[in-house]
Amino acid sequence: MALRQCAIYGKGGIGKSTTTQNLVSALAELGNKVMIVGCDPKADSTRLILHAKAQTTIMSLAAEAGSVEDLELEDVLKVGYGGIKCVESGGPEPGVGCAGRGVITAINFLEEEGAYDDELDFVFYDVLGDVVCGGFAMPIRENKAQEIYIVCSGEMMAMYAANNIAKGIVKYANSGSVRLAGLICNSRNTAREDELISALAAKIGTTMIHFVPRDNVVQRAEIRRMTVIEYEPTAKQADEYRQLAMKIRDNKNFIIPTPITMDELEELMMEFGILEQEDESIIGVTAAAEAGA
Amino acid sequence: MAALTKEETEALIQEVLEVYPEQARKDRAKHLAVNDQSLEKSNKCITSNRKSQPGVMTIRGCAYAGSKGVVWGPVKDMIHISHGPVGCGQYSRAGRRNYYVGTTGVNTFGTMNFTSDFTEKDIVFGGDKKLAKIMTEIEELFPLNKGISIQSECPIGLIGDDIEAVAKKANKEIGKPVVPVRCEGFRGVSQSLGHHIANDAIRDWVLENRDGDDSFATTPYDVAVIGDYNIGGDAWASRTLLEEMGLRVVAQWSGDGTIAEMEKTPKVKLNLIHCYRSMNYIARHMEEKYKIPWIEYNFFGPTKIAESLRKIAALFDETIQAGAEKVIAKYQAEYDAVIAKYKPRLQGKRVMLYVGGLRPRHVIGAYEDLGMEVVGTGYEFAHNDDYDRTIKEMGNATLIYDDVTGYEFEEFVKKVKPDLIGSGIKEKYIFQKMGIPFRQMHSWDYSGPYHGYDGFAIFARDMDMTLNNPCWKQVKAPWKTAESSDVAVAASA
Repeated sequence: MALRQCAIYGKGGIGKSTTTQNLVSALAELGNKVMIVGCDPKADSTRLILHAKAQTTIMSLAAEAGSVEDLELEDVLKVGYGGIKCVESGGPEPGVGCAGRGVITAINFLEEEGAYDDELDFVFYDVLGDVVCGGFAMPIRENKAQEIYIVCSGEMMAMYAANNIAKGIVKYANSGSVRLAGLICNSRNTAREDELISALAAKIGTTMIHFVPRDNVVQRAEIRRMTVIEYEPTAKQADEYRQLAMKIRDNKNFIIPTPITMDELEELMMEFGILEQEDESIIGVTAAAEAGA
Repeated sequence: MAALTKEETEALIQEVLEVYPEQARKDRAKHLAVNDQSLEKSNKCITSNRKSQPGVMTIRGCAYAGSKGVVWGPVKDMIHISHGPVGCGQYSRAGRRNYYVGTTGVNTFGTMNFTSDFTEKDIVFGGDKKLAKIMTEIEELFPLNKGISIQSECPIGLIGDDIEAVAKKANKEIGKPVVPVRCEGFRGVSQSLGHHIANDAIRDWVLENRDGDDSFATTPYDVAVIGDYNIGGDAWASRTLLEEMGLRVVAQWSGDGTIAEMEKTPKVKLNLIHCYRSMNYIARHMEEKYKIPWIEYNFFGPTKIAESLRKIAALFDETIQAGAEKVIAKYQAEYDAVIAKYKPRLQGKRVMLYVGGLRPRHVIGAYEDLGMEVVGTGYEFAHNDDYDRTIKEMGNATLIYDDVTGYEFEEFVKKVKPDLIGSGIKEKYIFQKMGIPFRQMHSWDYSGPYHGYDGFAIFARDMDMTLNNPCWKQVKAPWKTAESSDVAVAASA
């Protein structure tokens, strides 16, 4: 099987890292050889696989060694649960330097050092919530991830973010082979959440590949720095991640998304009762003016 | 060849513009003009200080060049850190011929390159810590430095390093001025914004240093020379004239200048501005804050020198006014002899210029003193106040070009056929290969000074030895007729 490179995007705090690590663990359980590349200066994309607080990152090792050219692949690559290979790009503390450049440098390093060997079945990039600059779009540029999965929930801002990410994918899809491969709904228990995300997915031309219900076992596993798959393989939630893994393994639905306009998105939300009909008469009217009227 | 008429010059501009695509033509048309002395304001005929069009071969620099290269770099007893990757500092090092007195590496540092040599990790993790460390090392290795300036290269602005905080901390630690300058190269459309940013840094981090300190004994004749970068010794040749007329030059910016002189400048009675473009901002600031008047002057060629000396003297008492007359009289025999020797050899020769800050208008008088005529001139990075000042200096129907493109300049030269071109290193070899005598008017072609009476003698000699060099007679292949060689020049150009 040829190497498949997938990137996970979505609004910050939506559960990308947790979902990715559980999904990857399930893929490994199914016998796949997988690598996770964490693309977030917080370096929390591999902790559940490695049972670690935070993996030593490519950029911090490079800073210690002098430059990234002084590093060897084995310095940065750690193997965890299920033989999953883990790397973290790393980056600066909040408020200094350039995190985006850190991602670019780290991914270039992995490519040059041959981290993407023939034996791998999957690479997953777990990317910082907001694609704030070119550096965080690095994983979806030419010859990198071809499949993008967007993690979202039935909350308004998560859906805005998903639609915006779809816009970003269009830009790169038109010039390369990157495609949107589906929405993963990480449930927040909002009303008619699965229908809503399915409807959103249909509008932007894709599908909701799986609905991951909310379950406290995820948190219980997480405080032990483990995935559900490893912590409690018999849990119902573990099966949910296994289903997600199988759907991704068998997925052939790769499309150039058709992101919708803000108006369309708001209409959809209104249809599902998330957003109320906008009352244009109150826009720009201060409290004092309202009281006076 | 006779001078072009107004109609001919207009037609020439139209002809040159014709090759451009529509949008570029529309843009470039605004930057090319036929001079009309009757205009009061240049904005009637020319647009300047706009972004260059892609693909036109502009020769402009960047904000870093304007700050580090022009304004700050010559301050000799400070160490100027080129903050960022190594290239900006290394490839601009010592290139501007700002002469200075001192022992390089001990108490003066003008021709050295200090850089933070950014690598990937500095970009990713930020360079503030490295910068702080560099300043500690500078203090250990070069203890006689009198201050440090931090000249930002592009990445500093992109990654948002807090160089002001680092500067303040270092200033407390080493007890010397530490000046952060936000002159990232991508800012603005040319080096011009870099001058402005550098001026602002002087205003914010230097000029106030001696406010409330009256220990410096002043005289009624204290002046500061501002905007003379001492290229080939220009400022020295200027300063002697001012001193001989009775003024006390207490500060010289920034050629052969020091931080102490800059700090003292708010104490002077008058600021004398040579390069208006790069230093008018700080002059205006001192006028507003310290009530120090300022005037522009021009020390190229005896006519302009005398005019300027009298203009300066008029702002002082009779002693100084008499002093100015004395200076003019003292050097008269000298410059008359220069004119007598060179004017017959240069009379009637036509010059085209394309330079930087002040020279496209300031050197016109010096050429005229030698009987020559400037028939085309233009600036790399001027603003319209520069062109306002240029209109009156240039003859009617002469060519004026702003941020001229490689193509335009060559075509203008082919048609106008000047006897001499004065421009920069990038133009030099193109025009020499076209068989046209050329002087580099940024660095004085490794000669100088050209300012003052001393400089005028050297200027006249240089123009003569370039223009009347026998080599130009050898440019034409003997087997070619006059007609066919013209075609060959055009084809090879």
